[in-house]
Amino acid sequence: MAKIIDDETMENVCILAKLSLTEDEKEKAKEDMQKMLDYVDKLDELDTSSVEPMSHIFEDENVFREDVVTNGDNHEAMLANAPKQKEDQYQVPKTIG
Amino acid sequence: MDLGKLTALQLAEKIKQHQISVLDGVKYVFDQIEAKEDKVHAYLDTYKKEAYARAKEVQKGIEDGTYTGPLAGVPIAIKDNICIKGKTTTCASKILENFVPQYNAEVIDRLEEAGLVIIGKTNMDEFAMGSTTETSAYGVTRNPWDLEHVPGGSSGGSCAAVAAGETYLALGSDTGGSIRQPSSYCGVTGIKPTYGTVSRYGLVAYASSLDQIGPVGKDVADCAALLEIIAGHDAKDSTSMKREDLDFSSSMTDKIVGMKFGVPKEYLSEGLNPEVKEAFMNTLKSLTEMGAVVEFFSMKTTEYMIPAYYIIASAEASSNLERFDGVKYGFRAKEYEGLHDMYKKTRTEGFGEEVKRRIMLGSFVLSSGYYDAYYLKALRTKALIKKEFDEAFSKYDVLLAPASPFTAPKLGESLKDPLAMYLGDIYTVAVNLCGLPGITVPCGKDAAGLPIGIQMIGDCFKENNLFRAAHAYEKKRGDFGTAMEGGEKA
Repeated sequence: MAKIIDDETMENVCILAKLSLTEDEKEKAKEDMQKMLDYVDKLDELDTSSVEPMSHIFEDENVFREDVVTNGDNHEAMLANAPKQKEDQYQVPKTIG
Repeated sequence: MDLGKLTALQLAEKIKQHQISVLDGVKYVFDQIEAKEDKVHAYLDTYKKEAYARAKEVQKGIEDGTYTGPLAGVPIAIKDNICIKGKTTTCASKILENFVPQYNAEVIDRLEEAGLVIIGKTNMDEFAMGSTTETSAYGVTRNPWDLEHVPGGSSGGSCAAVAAGETYLALGSDTGGSIRQPSSYCGVTGIKPTYGTVSRYGLVAYASSLDQIGPVGKDVADCAALLEIIAGHDAKDSTSMKREDLDFSSSMTDKIVGMKFGVPKEYLSEGLNPEVKEAFMNTLKSLTEMGAVVEFFSMKTTEYMIPAYYIIASAEASSNLERFDGVKYGFRAKEYEGLHDMYKKTRTEGFGEEVKRRIMLGSFVLSSGYYDAYYLKALRTKALIKKEFDEAFSKYDVLLAPASPFTAPKLGESLKDPLAMYLGDIYTVAVNLCGLPGITVPCGKDAAGLPIGIQMIGDCFKENNLFRAAHAYEKKRGDFGTAMEGGEKA
């Protein structure tokens, strides 16, 4: 691996992470990530070619239930947490021109 | 009667016998908070008025037979990433500064049913990301044993509150050691249960495949009693397990003759502080004297645990923290141009440095072109680590390790070098990767008087082995002492 984090990669990471960093912050983040990736490259020493990725420790078993509403209507209380609300809805900046 | 000397179970027993009232215990805790909180800062919020009213209600409930459990009437503190209906839940982040949950976490409902009295919310590393409680957006918590040192993290507030006598019990959460490491630094007992034992419903997610809520207390018996209350299947958490072996207290005997303990020898190599090593080795000796068998064995995946953990935890964090976008709850940036700029500015201003660092790392390892090389590689490594633990548990009942390679660092020293801080998690992270239970029990102090803890690790669903071994050891060790007794160092 030994992936080198360049400006383009950092730009892409910021888009994915939805963060807008200043140039200085970006430089620092780039350095931090490089250091971390150089370190985790250690995993390359391990031969994992015959090992399946393990996402769950216990057997994956889907949990089903009837599609029945059990909680009450508390939309007012939920909306009360919104930074901005209008006419019973979340208010966001204009998205369609 | 010195209420500070009582454990939670002893307090509840005295309440049952009418020697003291529920209110006496609650008042005692608030007296301690008043006297020590400006130095320790374990809490982000306290509920004095409600707690006093609740104390009277619980007193009545104990008398009329509503509350019959072993911890009825005991004050408890809650880590601020666990939702309580109507109470601000910040995760120690600016982005959730105004968030008021509309529901209780499952564990809160269970505490209420058992008659415990909730005292307040404790400080933590922001979104549980950190090892010192210094990444909190609301100020640092100080270690009650020495105020110039950190309490550990991320459940630093919960552990410091118990250590300072500012509560009898606390709930923490543990994603990579966040209960076990601060328990070690603060000289208290804390357990991370087997994954799926305690419902995560209402716990703000950091890394969902690793997160577990667990008890922090003054001793092993208190932790067992509290775990019995919060453990159990919950349909609202799809990873919740249907366990039937949830009687932990009765496994606590004084005898561990013939019990088999394994020590990964790689855990004792470079980086382990000599004083911590000495306390650890003395504990092994104690266990041997008690008739247990202690053997060293090789854990070859040791050096791959931290890389695998930080890739997986950061990946899950970047995904879980996507929801904080300034629309539905919490903080929203004041100035922005359009929707996407609002998302970006809100998150950039709302998250602290360590959280952003992990979100960026997580976004990278999950991104197209790097997913296989980093994320899948980490999941394959996790499988190898799990296999080694499985092999170890075919030979041993319990594995032993320090909880941390060193004692509590000084305030302000750890965040300068994030990677160095991550390396301090060497003994705790694999337990989460493999879903195992782990308990920390105080086992010594360094020359400066800072506590050292031993970590006991069990196979999945084998908490009983941990409680048995930890309780027996604790009895042999004797009284560990209390922080801030007769004036604290400052």
